[in-house]
Amino acid sequence: MERKYIARSARIAARQLGDEMMIMSAVDSKFFTLNPVAATVWLAADGQTPLGEIVTQRVCQEFEVSAEEALRDAETFVNDLSQHGILLVSDQPIATNAAGYVE
Amino acid sequence: MVSCAGSASDGEHVGTIMAAAEVVVEIGGIAVLLRAADERLMPLLQSRFGTFAGSGRSPDFFFDIEVIDGSALSDPDADVSVTASGSRWLMERGDFRAEWDSQSREGRIRQTLTPYAIDSVLRIVHSLALAQEGGFLLHAASAVRNGKAFLFSGVSTAGKTTISQLAPPDVSLLTDEASYVRKSGEAYVAYGTPFAGEMGTPGVNTSGPIEALYFLGKGESNHFEEIPRPEALRMLMRNILFFAKDEELVNRVFEGACAFLDRVPARRLVFYPDQRAWDLIR
Repeated sequence: MERKYIARSARIAARQLGDEMMIMSAVDSKFFTLNPVAATVWLAADGQTPLGEIVTQRVCQEFEVSAEEALRDAETFVNDLSQHGILLVSDQPIATNAAGYVE
Repeated sequence: MVSCAGSASDGEHVGTIMAAAEVVVEIGGIAVLLRAADERLMPLLQSRFGTFAGSGRSPDFFFDIEVIDGSALSDPDADVSVTASGSRWLMERGDFRAEWDSQSREGRIRQTLTPYAIDSVLRIVHSLALAQEGGFLLHAASAVRNGKAFLFSGVSTAGKTTISQLAPPDVSLLTDEASYVRKSGEAYVAYGTPFAGEMGTPGVNTSGPIEALYFLGKGESNHFEEIPRPEALRMLMRNILFFAKDEELVNRVFEGACAFLDRVPARRLVFYPDQRAWDLIR
């Protein structure tokens, strides 16, 4: 299976409120709310860990969900955010800055 | 204060009269000097800005205004656009084109003979200035009662005008349309604005520390409902008036909204549209 790496764009503002992650795109001012599962993927998006590993090592450990279902949902979510430039996706590891974001 | 300054010719140079009328409009403690050679504009500004015009304060920002014919504008129906290149801001809409340098604090406006263009430029400039310091303009009515300020936000049909019209005599209405929120130390202060909505009149030129933010909804009884913080932030962000596509400032606005909700309680105010709604607001 093709490996997919994800990294957070630096062109956002984000704040965790309770279980949810609130994210605003600094590019188009669009506002996103991530549920706890999506927030877990978001926080683990370090550009180095494959998405499949994030799902099995983080999501499936923290939530009662099958790996197959979690991966399907994660890929949908990643595709959505990547279309807004919030997440960057590559089949190669992605370099990030010290804070874990892509400039 | 409307004053005329300039130089009139004498003797041999008859016919080269350069005169400029000017007025200082102060909102939220920020004073903007508006200067125009076309004196037809000044009565319009006085009428539009009411007690907010005529401040004796030293101006923070300066604008020279050139009144132009509407046919000189490329697209009279164009929506507002705000872009930045370094410290230079360009603001455009169908009825005006303005440039402003945030470092020199000076700008120029080319506009048709209407007070609405200046109104928009001032909203934009104030929103930029407020964003720098953690404040914002909010699509909300606001009022001061018993020395405390209350904000009433929501979509266009939520009841901002209704709650404003129902205000009892001891309430000072700051605005029925665009509330001015400024950070003061760790607290937040709401200021009156001339930015009017359906009521069509400027707010009272006063201020007060913000006690609460209410998101309005009409119902059969008057009561408050708690709002989870993520939902409150979503609703607040939806109603902040911010026009610029500037990454740094967008970040500041977001952080400012989060910090505001750290300090100011946000609730849903469900009200039946009669004066008893104000029994809850004290």
